Amino acid sequence: MPHIFCPGCGCGQIMNVMLKAIDELKRDINKIVFVGGVGCNSRQVCWIKSYAMHGLHGRAFAWATGIALANPELKVIVLTGDGDCGAIGGNHFIHAARRNIDMTVVVCNNFNYGMTGGQAAPTTPLGIHTTTTPFGNYENPFDLCELGKAAGATYISRWSTLTHPQLFRSFKKGIEHKGFSFIEVLSPCPTNYGRRELKSSDPLVNMNNIKEITITEKKASKLSPEELKGKIILGDFYEIEKPSFYDEYKKYIELARKKFKG
Amino acid sequence: MQIAVEGRKVLGEESKYLLPAGSYFMMGNEAIVEGALHAGCRFFAAYPITPASEIGEKMSLRMPQVGGIFIQMEDELGSISSLIGASLTGKKALTATSDVGFNLMLEGLSYCVNCEVPLVVVNVQRTRGFIHSAHADVMVARWGPTGDHQMIVLIASSVQELFDLQIEAFNLAEQYRNPVILLTEEMTAHMREKLTIPPIDEIRIVNRKKPTMSPEKYLPYATDESGIPAMSTFGDGYNVLYTMNPHDERGYNVWSGEIYDKLVRRISDKIKRDAERIFKYKADFLDDSEVLVISYGVTARSALEAVRRAREKGKKVGHIKLNTLWPSAERTIRKLTQNAKKVIVPEMNMGQYVLEIERILKREIISLTKTTGYPFSAQEISEEIERAL
Repeated sequence: MPHIFCPGCGCGQIMNVMLKAIDELKRDINKIVFVGGVGCNSRQVCWIKSYAMHGLHGRAFAWATGIALANPELKVIVLTGDGDCGAIGGNHFIHAARRNIDMTVVVCNNFNYGMTGGQAAPTTPLGIHTTTTPFGNYENPFDLCELGKAAGATYISRWSTLTHPQLFRSFKKGIEHKGFSFIEVLSPCPTNYGRRELKSSDPLVNMNNIKEITITEKKASKLSPEELKGKIILGDFYEIEKPSFYDEYKKYIELARKKFKG
Repeated sequence: MQIAVEGRKVLGEESKYLLPAGSYFMMGNEAIVEGALHAGCRFFAAYPITPASEIGEKMSLRMPQVGGIFIQMEDELGSISSLIGASLTGKKALTATSDVGFNLMLEGLSYCVNCEVPLVVVNVQRTRGFIHSAHADVMVARWGPTGDHQMIVLIASSVQELFDLQIEAFNLAEQYRNPVILLTEEMTAHMREKLTIPPIDEIRIVNRKKPTMSPEKYLPYATDESGIPAMSTFGDGYNVLYTMNPHDERGYNVWSGEIYDKLVRRISDKIKRDAERIFKYKADFLDDSEVLVISYGVTARSALEAVRRAREKGKKVGHIKLNTLWPSAERTIRKLTQNAKKVIVPEMNMGQYVLEIERILKREIISLTKTTGYPFSAQEISEEIERAL
């Protein structure tokens, strides 16, 4: 089936690893709903034969909240991007995390708005050139994993499209996790980020850039803050068990029924 | 057409948590809640806003009792979006808001129209700042969402009508796979008066049409002559992709003007062709009327009183109360007004629905407007009738 991903884009890698993880977990694809807002990564849902929602920018988390609560038997996977999740859907993101709604969130972070032509995003690092920061970005970027943790997510990891084995493991854990699991995947965008910042849309140049700017948690622990400047840390950061919204709500049903005066 | 079934057959075990048949003294906002639960609504999400907040407060108690989901969302964008997810997962879903909260829901309503998601939005209309009554959202309810669309918009003028029309709203949403807006205003929503809840088996409930073919043969947007496709439920084996982009019968994105045109015409025609059937109204003293008052919402109460007073004086004046604003039934409105020399449309806005009446009747209509936040008195409408006679 024809798709929209550019040569060297990481979205196809994310889709590949995610579907492999679902396959290995022997999850029934007919019990999974794939939810995407708008953006390159969100578009993935259009090519998976299952159940999918697509097409309102930023609302994926709120859709997923409705699905997860309406039928807790279903697995909900949200495919989103740094703009969809960190900007226009930011409020729904933090509140879905706060409520610990059962969903797995896969956010593709390519540091810019790829679909609309490479504008600056809430995750664009300082100094980076985009179509709306021609002299370098001057806005502080979000750390989406830190944001998710502060909001209440109960599983958090960050890998890149170049770390397949770790990403695969992380997907399996995230999908099996009960509650709000959050996986950030750093991904190259040769067409937009690459052309403006790296002066190259060569996939290899863009992949090497991801390699250069990332470092694993283990290696990072041995470096000083100065040495870590400009580096993005990868790892399985956080995992706790906590009742989900629906776990608590079930108790609430019983409480309310005791108060019924028919 | 979907076949209506008796309430108990649809609601099953949960029906024991519904209020039993009988007479109640109830606030309008609470009647909305009880009507929704009787209609089978099992998902409610909203963000607090005066004067709609009591709906959420009551739902937080009543929805868990019937085993449904209540969630107070982070904003109105989230409210309507969570409803969309819940509706596609098979739940009848409701939200309630007012004024600026309704603005935020227009985005979600666009999606609902395009992807044919049934749900109900209550808009308790208000004046801004000082919270009183208005009918200022009559046009935004019809035309607010972007994109070509039809909208089904109902309006109530009493607590009883709020209950009855809430059920009707769900039935229409389910039948036509389109969002339905139930309008009211602060006055009726906060009014306490008698509500009669009928026995559950006398309540007519319509549920969405589900696919019956084998899942491999399912085409999510293929339809019969009704133009309304059978609707899958997430997890039922009938795979589906919901997208705002142009989509064909399979639900796949197709970048074609012809496909887009076909889609837009179908989702518009499925409602337009049934406009006369959807239209609900009540006519009083129509036969020989030379002056006709057409009104809706709380205004209908004062207007009917003014018409009665005129009749007592022997004047030939009649009244039509509208319960459906959109789609407007052109044929019915023309027929009802054919003998009237003058038509008065009193409204709690700067003259909105009068434009639709003018469009249909193609003649000058007397527009009586009021935006003080207080309903018309019968006297105010009587004076206009006197001038018209």
